[in-house]
Amino acid sequence: MFSLSRKDLLALAIFTVVVLTMPVWLAPFGAAYPGLMQKFAIYAIFAIGFNILFGLTGYLSFGHAAFIGVGSYTTVWSFKLLTMDILPAMVLAVVVTGVFALVIGYFSLRRTGIYFSILTLAFAQMSYSLAYSVLTPITNGETGLLLARDDPRYLDALLGAQANVAGLPQPTLLGSSVAGYAGFYLCAVILILTFFLSQKVFASPFGMALRGIKSNQTRMNYTGFNTKPYMLAAFVISGMIAGLAGGLLSITDPLAGAERMRWTESGNVVLMTILGGVGTLFGPVIGAWLIKYFENIFSAINTNMLNTAFSFLPDGVQSFVVTVLSKFVGEGWHLTLGLMFVLIVVFLPGGLVEGFHRFMARLKRRSAAPERVSSVQPAE
Amino acid sequence: MNAFLSQLLNGLDKGGAYALIALGLTLVFGTLGVVNFAHGALFMLGCFCAVTFRYLITLETVTLDPEKLSPWGQPVEVRTPLVQNWFGDFGAVLVDYSVPISILLAIPAMLVIGIAMERGIVKHFYKRSHAEQILVTFGLAIVLQEIVKAFFGANPIPQPIPSDLRGAADIGAWFGMAPHLLTYPWWRLIYLLFSGLVIGGVFAFLQFTTFGMVVRAGMADRETVGLMGIDIDRRFTIVFGLAAVVAGVAGVMYTPLLAPNYHLGMDFLVLSFVVVVVGGMGSLPGAVAAGFLLGILQSFASMTEVKSLIPGIDQVIIYLVAVVILLVRPRGLMGRRGIMEN
Repeated sequence: MFSLSRKDLLALAIFTVVVLTMPVWLAPFGAAYPGLMQKFAIYAIFAIGFNILFGLTGYLSFGHAAFIGVGSYTTVWSFKLLTMDILPAMVLAVVVTGVFALVIGYFSLRRTGIYFSILTLAFAQMSYSLAYSVLTPITNGETGLLLARDDPRYLDALLGAQANVAGLPQPTLLGSSVAGYAGFYLCAVILILTFFLSQKVFASPFGMALRGIKSNQTRMNYTGFNTKPYMLAAFVISGMIAGLAGGLLSITDPLAGAERMRWTESGNVVLMTILGGVGTLFGPVIGAWLIKYFENIFSAINTNMLNTAFSFLPDGVQSFVVTVLSKFVGEGWHLTLGLMFVLIVVFLPGGLVEGFHRFMARLKRRSAAPERVSSVQPAE
Repeated sequence: MNAFLSQLLNGLDKGGAYALIALGLTLVFGTLGVVNFAHGALFMLGCFCAVTFRYLITLETVTLDPEKLSPWGQPVEVRTPLVQNWFGDFGAVLVDYSVPISILLAIPAMLVIGIAMERGIVKHFYKRSHAEQILVTFGLAIVLQEIVKAFFGANPIPQPIPSDLRGAADIGAWFGMAPHLLTYPWWRLIYLLFSGLVIGGVFAFLQFTTFGMVVRAGMADRETVGLMGIDIDRRFTIVFGLAAVVAGVAGVMYTPLLAPNYHLGMDFLVLSFVVVVVGGMGSLPGAVAAGFLLGILQSFASMTEVKSLIPGIDQVIIYLVAVVILLVRPRGLMGRRGIMEN
């Protein structure tokens, strides 16, 4: 059950090392602080989950942010009602989101193509609007769901573990705090587990069936293969992983707001997956990291920093360059994001992973060029 | 009864906006087969045509009037728009009517933007999957809205209704009811008429001109039309421009009702897609009917009586209708067989 092919094992080993040494290799980029690295890990989990649906089956869901939202709310409620320990919170987040995804998936998967996208979008928008209006007792509306000192926390009270700390209680893992680096390593371990899960799915007969659905669903049906349960399973798994990511967001910062369910958030995860490479193992992770990194770095740059960076230029040119570039950073970083997005879809539809493969293929061809004549083989 | 009628009217003008956006969206989809997620951004750009026009026309000179003194003893500043200096009273009227007049700016501007967009980017995506079309136009929408944000800022910029058209029409009195029983703002009435006019214009254009006939033939069977030696691609480019113009003028006239801000396009996009899907992908009459239908439903759902019956219904009615229609009648109200079913 836990075995992997040699190649996958190697990939997993490399991935584990890369993720766990993040604080080391991110330091030169100025991103090695826990808050940001937690975001890297969480959004990578989200993108991996999304990729299991979109990458394998080709069904483009535009409503995945709803699952993040449900996961976040469930986690905070678990903190409020049960205990500050994160294990029940995570389990609950995954289970509740799974049920939610089952309902949405059951209806949405009756349609394909753009109709499926619109259906998921409609469900997500409904959740978002309801979270702001009628469900305010559950979601606390615009303020967002917050922890309070006098929350009941029945489980903690039962075990007598109600800590008498000043200020708000913090989430813990079996009694130890998950703030700062501990929180990052928690997210990192879960990211590695999710990556392993996605490897297993990709290599399994289940994954093959999903790929079959992507390439031709009608043919799959004609061969006597009932695709419905497979699609639904993929949708629910993908939703549960998104719920887990939402739960982690609330664990690292116990506040859940409805803006996490906005449809632009769903767009973001699509973007991450596309940027990295749809249907590949590493692609979504790379995409999520790049986008979150740029979001943090680009949006922090201001005109003063640009001015110092370009101070070597003559005055007139400097002010021109700074004026132009300042439109792309800080507040305007979304412009960079949009442009990047358009360029990727136009020139590199397979994402960065495909770009890398093309590059490698070109290198190989160049080195193998003299032998090309003999390397032609008859088709089998 | 009055509440019913006034909600119906309220729904009609909102429905007019939905119908106009959905019409352009369907036109692009029916001709080019492209799912255009940047269509809402075109509506938003139309709104900002009105903003730009008003900005240009109200460029003003500041002179000091030594005759009049303000309470603290300094000459009063007199601000006169340049156009008023040049044309006198006519200039003042021009400023007052800036919103409807800016349609004249919006039409060529949107035509150019639409054609540039089609030739620049959308053209390369005819053969690619719908998912990729959605993605590239979504990216384009982000770029457009961020450019607008960079120029106009993030705050909504309200546009005034021309002073003659403020106030409300006493519609009840026209039909023999007691006065002031059923009133309706003039501008909303004008918007309703305007949207009807534009919709009629588009349909007439497609139905009664040679160009329209070729476009309809192209929608039915693009290849055959191409084999007959007609450059269908060029006509479809113009159709894309036309769709952009329709969205643009819909936006211009909507500015007094809703102060435009940069993310207006995204807000309307989701709605207009729902409208298109409810109407049936690729069906122009369906898009118009669904636009009005959803507008009316939305305005009824926001009545207090309905809200007290089903709380929160006003927030989700549109999506609820979309979900129900898609599940029960996947081709929408008037969709044809075999469109976007794979």
